[in-house]
Formats: sequence, C-alpha cells, structure tokens
Amino acid sequence: MNGPGPTTALVLGGRLEPRELEPFGWRRLALRVGAPLAFAVIVVGAWQLYVALSAISESVLPSPLEVARALVRDRGVLAPSAWTTLSEVLLGYGVAIVVGVVLAVAVISSRLVEHALYPWLVISQLVPVPAIAALVVVWSGFGLGSKVLVVALVSFFPIAVNTIDGLRSSDRELIDLLRTLGANRRQQLRLARAPAALPYLFSGLRVAAVLSVIGAVFAEWVASYQTGLGYLILELGNETATAEEFAAVVLLAVIGIALFALVSLIERLALPWYRAANAEH
Amino acid sequence: MTALVAHGVAKTYPGRRPTQALADVSLVLGEGEFVSLVGPSGCGKSTLLRILAGLLAPSAGEIRLGDGEPDELLGRVGYMPQADLLMPWRRTLDNVTLGLELAGVPRAQARERARGELARFGLDGFERHWPRALSGGMRQRAALLRTFLAGRDVLLLDEPFGALDALTREELREWLLEVWEAERKTILLVTHDVEEAVFLSDRVFVMSSRPGRIRDIVDVPLARPRSIDLLAAPEFVALERRIRAPLREERASRVMVAPQ
Repeated sequence: MNGPGPTTALVLGGRLEPRELEPFGWRRLALRVGAPLAFAVIVVGAWQLYVALSAISESVLPSPLEVARALVRDRGVLAPSAWTTLSEVLLGYGVAIVVGVVLAVAVISSRLVEHALYPWLVISQLVPVPAIAALVVVWSGFGLGSKVLVVALVSFFPIAVNTIDGLRSSDRELIDLLRTLGANRRQQLRLARAPAALPYLFSGLRVAAVLSVIGAVFAEWVASYQTGLGYLILELGNETATAEEFAAVVLLAVIGIALFALVSLIERLALPWYRAANAEH
Repeated sequence: MTALVAHGVAKTYPGRRPTQALADVSLVLGEGEFVSLVGPSGCGKSTLLRILAGLLAPSAGEIRLGDGEPDELLGRVGYMPQADLLMPWRRTLDNVTLGLELAGVPRAQARERARGELARFGLDGFERHWPRALSGGMRQRAALLRTFLAGRDVLLLDEPFGALDALTREELREWLLEVWEAERKTILLVTHDVEEAVFLSDRVFVMSSRPGRIRDIVDVPLARPRSIDLLAAPEFVALERRIRAPLREERASRVMVAPQ
C-alpha cells in the first residue's frame, strides 16, 4: 500500500451528494433570537395593558414597568444577591458535573459497582431536601457550603443518568470492530463509548442547568443566610413588596437562561458532527 | 503458502435448548487467494467469520494463521462487517486511519499514508467530510480503506456490499477486484449473491444449512483480470449453476426437516 494507485474514473462517476454544513444563516439567527423576543414583547405588552386597564392593586400584580423600575431602584440589594446566587449555582453545578461523570464511568465499568450504586443514585433523588435540610446545615453550616451541597445534590442526577445511558449506547458491532483492530478496554472507552456518550451528557447538562438554579433558591430557603435571590424573594413576599419580588424572579430567570444557553453553545461548538447528523432529520 | 487454516471448527450456543450453529468446518486459505463463502441464510456464515476474526471462541477445533501454532486471532486478522461502522464524530480521514492509530502510528504519519490512498478508494476531496455526508458506496469504500490500512494479511469481509443498491454494488465489485489485484491480500468474502461470488473469487465454498458445514468447494478457473462482460459468458453461467444447485438442495432439505 505504498503511494497512490491508479485512479478509477468509475468510482467517481457514482451519485455523490455531499451534504455540507449550512453556512451561518441570518435567517436562522433571526428565527432563534427574533421569535422569542417578539413573543416576549407581546406577553409583556398584554400584561402592561391589563394592569393599566383593570386597576389591579400593585401588591397583587405589578406592571412590567414597575418591575423594571424596581430593578433599577433596588439594584444595590439585587445585584449582590444575584451574585451570591450565581456563585452557588456555578459552584454546585461544577461539583455536579464532576460527581455525575465520575459516577457514570464507575457504574459502567463494573457490574458490581453498578448494582451497588444505582439504587442509591435513585434514592438520593427521592429524599426531599427539606427533610434533610437540618442535616445539610449540620454538615456544612449556614454558609456557601450548604448551598453548593444542595445544588450539587439536585443537579448531579440527570448528568449521571444521561451519561450512563450514553456510555451504554455505543454500538456493540463498533466495539467488536475496535477489538479486531487491537483496542483494549480503555481504548474502546476513549474511541467509541465516550464520544457516543457526549450528546447524552449535554442533554443531562441542560436539564441540570435549570435544576441547579431551582436548587440554589431552595437551599437559600432551608438554610438562610440573609442574602441571595431565593432569600430575597421569600422576604419581599412577606413584605408584599411584589414589584421587587418580581424583579428578583426576573434576575433568577436571566441566570437560568444564560446557563442553559451557555451549555447549548458549548455543545454546538464541541459536537459539530452531531449537529451535522441532526440537520438531516 | 497458506494464510489461514481452520480445522474441525464447531460452535454450539449454550442455553436451555443449545443451538448448534457450526459443525466441523475445515478450510484452508492460500496466500493471496480470493475465496467466497456462500450458503443459505442462517447457516452460520457470520458465526464462522466472527470465529476466524477472534471475536468468538469456537466450541471445538483450532485455527492457525500461516503455518504457525494456534494463536490469538484478535487484532491479527482484518474484519469488516456489513455495516460500515464509520464513527459519526470523526471526519472521513480520521475514520480510515483508525487501525494505524491503534497500531501506534503517529497521527501525522497515519494521515499521510491514508491521503496517499484516498484517490484509489474514490474518496479524493472528501477527507474532511463527516461520514453522514458520504453516499452509501463511499461509506463502504471508506470502511474498506480502514480495513486495508490496518495492514493485516488476511481480510474477512461479511457481505460488505449487502446494503447497497444493485448499480453501486456492481461498480464496487469491479473496483474491489482492481484493488485486490494490486494488493494480493488473502480475502474471505461472505455473500449470499452467487454471481458476486463467482465474479470475484478463485474458489467458492458452499455451506450447508444449520448446522453449517462446508458442503462443496467450487474452483473458478476464469482468467483475470475479469470484467463485467464475463457475467454473460457460458462458462460463467455454468459455474453459477453448479453453485446454485447445492444451495437449492439445502433450502429444500431444510423445508422438509423444519416446516415453518
């Protein structure tokens, strides 16, 4: 097999339909960004109109304008709280990724580990966090640690389960082919099972991104330390400062959407082949 | 010189009702020989190929490579199943270098060697494409290039053109002969297409229905290089008929033994 052989015109005469990736499209961008924006404008506009026309009390339903005003007016309280919650989310999410992926690899690498661990993975999700809130505080105090622990606890699960499914999804025949090429178990994992698992991992990461924000709010409720958007929402609700409460919710939504979008962006960049495959369906 | 010898190979799948897939298969592949294996469906052709590739342990018998002692086959015999099994996350070039990569060849060197073969395998200009963007015939040629580049002397091909349309199939047969005539690897090709078997092979092994045995060995003394015109030649048609007859008998006997 040295050097190029004779070129056969025959084989090049076939019906070749190379499907290249679509170039970056403004139409696609307009759809992805424009559509949700337009929808938001309609919803917010209708909301503003309803509040104006119905003379509903501000403490029951503040208008979008009042919420926007509260966002600006109370930025001195809101910004540090948002920062606190964001740190809880990012730290907890990071721990969840490491724990989820390590657990997944452990579960698929041995039957014994799988049978020993899998029930506990499920049980970890069945115990309500309030039930162990006191324990969480005892273990990790009222500080950042307890929040990170709760966030990691609620968000590692979809990462672990999806990654396990992904690592198991690889084609048995492909593994056999690798074996005939002399691949050992570690090479089979690296060359076939891990790449096949990545789309599953990213599905888990997106679900976990949303759960981690809910987890942070929850953690601030059960182990309050007088800061964070979750704590703020609870306090403002008690004071019927509804516009301010809505402002905090808006910030929470921004954190959640930003994290979700970031994960989706990384997926697009990291798995170009997966996008190419799905463009066909 | 012999390339591969199988002696008394049998395979029984255990279970509550054990299934005997292969009974006492013996065969010899000469170095540089092109041999086809035909047989009724379910006769254990694929089982035999998986055993020869080292993926499955036989219940009895032994297999030797060359004239050596019985040995570990896994990783020493080239194997290509019907599905192309190109990795969707690797571009075409990185798919075909898989065998070299696993043999420890540095990436740049592996790519260089693969690039030298792209034209001959009809993949020129497609090295950066994802496998999804290739046509069925091109994917099969890429899978074959991956098998060839792994550098084994004996190649086992399990219905490599089985999933392709008739035209592409015909094209690839001629092309495969051209590549093989340049390389002179030992090839054992499983197929259910008698015409394909006669057109490509030096010898054709006809298997019996389950449990599979080699029932007939038919020599194909047609001159090479062969072209598609050969398909209509009287001696070609006579050979086809010689192979079809035992196959038809096998099918008839199976219907009588096990009515469905």
